[in-house]
Amino acid sequence: MRLKKLSLSLLAAAMVASIGTPAVAQDKKESDPTKEQFIPFLTYRSGPFAAGGSGTASGGEDYLALLNLRDGGINGIKLVWEECDFGYNTDRGVECYERLKARGLKGAPVIQPWSTGVTYALIERSLKDKIPLVSIGYGRTDATDGRVFPYVFPMITNYWNQSSAKLRYIAQLEGGEDKLEGMKIVNLHLKHPYGNETIPVWNKLAEKFGFEVTHIPVPWPGIDQKSLWLQVRQIQPKYVINRNWGVSCTVPLREAARIGFPRERIIGVWWCGSEEDVIPAGAAAKGYITAAFHAAGRDIPVIQEIFEVVYGQMKGNISAARVGSVYYNRGVVTAIVVTEAIRLAHTKYGVGPIGGEEMQWALENLDITEARIKEIGAEGLMPPTKISCFDHEGGGSVRFQQWDGSKWNMITGWIPPYKDLVREMIEASAAKYAKEKGITPRDCPPA
Amino acid sequence: MLFALEVAISGLLSGIMYSLVALGFVLIFKASGVFNFAQGAMVLCAALTFVRLLELGVPFWIAAGITLIVMMVLAVVIERIVLRPLVNQPLIILFMATIGLNFFLEGLAQGVWDAQVHGLQLGIDDLPWEPLANSTGMLISIFDLSAALICGVLVASLGVFFHKGRIGRALRAVADDHQAAMAVGIPLQHIWAIVWAAAGIVALVAGALWGQRLGVQFSISLVALKALPVLILGGLNSISGVIVGGLLIGAGEKLAEVYLGPIIGGGIENWFAYLLAMVFLLFKPYGLFGEEIIERV
Repeated sequence: MRLKKLSLSLLAAAMVASIGTPAVAQDKKESDPTKEQFIPFLTYRSGPFAAGGSGTASGGEDYLALLNLRDGGINGIKLVWEECDFGYNTDRGVECYERLKARGLKGAPVIQPWSTGVTYALIERSLKDKIPLVSIGYGRTDATDGRVFPYVFPMITNYWNQSSAKLRYIAQLEGGEDKLEGMKIVNLHLKHPYGNETIPVWNKLAEKFGFEVTHIPVPWPGIDQKSLWLQVRQIQPKYVINRNWGVSCTVPLREAARIGFPRERIIGVWWCGSEEDVIPAGAAAKGYITAAFHAAGRDIPVIQEIFEVVYGQMKGNISAARVGSVYYNRGVVTAIVVTEAIRLAHTKYGVGPIGGEEMQWALENLDITEARIKEIGAEGLMPPTKISCFDHEGGGSVRFQQWDGSKWNMITGWIPPYKDLVREMIEASAAKYAKEKGITPRDCPPA
Repeated sequence: MLFALEVAISGLLSGIMYSLVALGFVLIFKASGVFNFAQGAMVLCAALTFVRLLELGVPFWIAAGITLIVMMVLAVVIERIVLRPLVNQPLIILFMATIGLNFFLEGLAQGVWDAQVHGLQLGIDDLPWEPLANSTGMLISIFDLSAALICGVLVASLGVFFHKGRIGRALRAVADDHQAAMAVGIPLQHIWAIVWAAAGIVALVAGALWGQRLGVQFSISLVALKALPVLILGGLNSISGVIVGGLLIGAGEKLAEVYLGPIIGGGIENWFAYLLAMVFLLFKPYGLFGEEIIERV
């Protein structure tokens, strides 16, 4: 009996320990803090959004592993990382940030929350701790104004520019902007800060171009959307914007098939544009279109190299079958951005571990050109990006991909957003935030 | 008017799908008085096991059979490790144990299989039933109608199982009083294992149907959230109550979303279902068909 109790206690202790201890990638026997660059990974490998979380985290880690295995790190500085799984819960995300922010010789140089909710929750903390908050393809849009948000970087493209690029794409499909007048568009969005984020920009665009937008909120988790699609059927829109996340991205495709709404006229956010979003919908997903800020697939040199080098040495962080999937490649893109910023920081501060303030300078001066993208082997994977103190986004253009029943195909080049309109909104919103928080905006020359 | 009717019918059919999940809760509550918080996780476990076996090339019916065996083994293990040590403890203790079991099963299912999204096709079209669409213009899915039929058969079978024969009598005796049932020689452990196994079968059917619609993934466990108002309204220990509760909740929430939602901001169906259930509670504290508990003091 005593032995049984002891065994159960040991089992329980082992389980608690395994839950509480995040994955650590350091090689203990060679550990030298002065020759290591720590990078924290906030992840969600379990729970309702695990397909996205596991893909992005593994893509990022595999790229770091490639640099370590192929180049010995960055300028001889080995990259080490640690995961903290927060299950896409905002409170646990903040807890993970607090746990990881002081790791490494100079603390965390950057934090990527992979959640709009956590991004919002960390804005003030990251400013206080001087740790850049990088949210590529998500997060708070008005943080694009670097004068008000010096430590927040919604890079490559933010949600408002994405939405305006979607409208430009719709105008192209319809034969011109003049065709937008009187058109009906439904914005089917998750009832959540992430889902609500684009309501203002759609209203502004509707006002400018004279189309009618109806916002239909999807209550989380959105597993049954019949009543919402019956409303869509009554409204009879020309296009439906699918701004959901996780299972709520898939359900609209099935519902659309039920009411005979063409999938070619559903335009999804890039968080509804992965293989995991369409495969469960089967034939109902065929023809569905989403925005994208990077390419999917393995026929990209850097992805092939990861496969050969990292997976060739059995050091990969996910099933090899998922290498090249949408979420995986997204993780690679974000790791490229972060590591390019570390390289740049070395040129100013010297080769060694980089801290948050040094990283902030590097991110604000980052210029990933077409030539550099080619050198990295990421040609076709990501767009050029140039960040400045004034503009923390550094791009804004969007491509569109379509599901053919078995894979995503890029169907457009880079489509620019209505940047002037969006920038005006960003500045107004950032100024309001600055006033509320008593922030004096920095003086930055327009990019 | 026709549109309102279509909304109501869609809601009724959604409600049946909620009932299917709620049924698992009722089975266990009837037999043990325990509200099994882990029913959603059991749906996930069953669906993941089934779909992964199919992906491994196991034929459909063999995969279903193996999954049933897995769920029955799981039921026996749960009875041995979780329930048996807690016999005659206050029900709240058993309820707390099922909360722990829920998180354990969620982790176990994802750990043994994976946390990926898996497509599942049962061979039932999720497209409108054409004769109805052509004659009335209403778009009612063949899949929903099939699910309603499957649910009806399942409920009828379980109803017979619970009300006829020795096992049925034993189940009702255990539900009434654990200690008295044990005193007259009813093997409580066996009965609990049978009930948890039956709940496992219900979980497999619910998981397969919801899995075709959503893909088999973690979110499938969240359908339990939809089952709770059904239970509150229908009564925690009534199989027929689950069906009526599901129909009322399904139709109520859909009509509210379509007609009330646009006025008060939309996205209301989740909380409206609970509101509806609470209103019924004011008049029928044990639910519409729940058994009234009278305690002598």
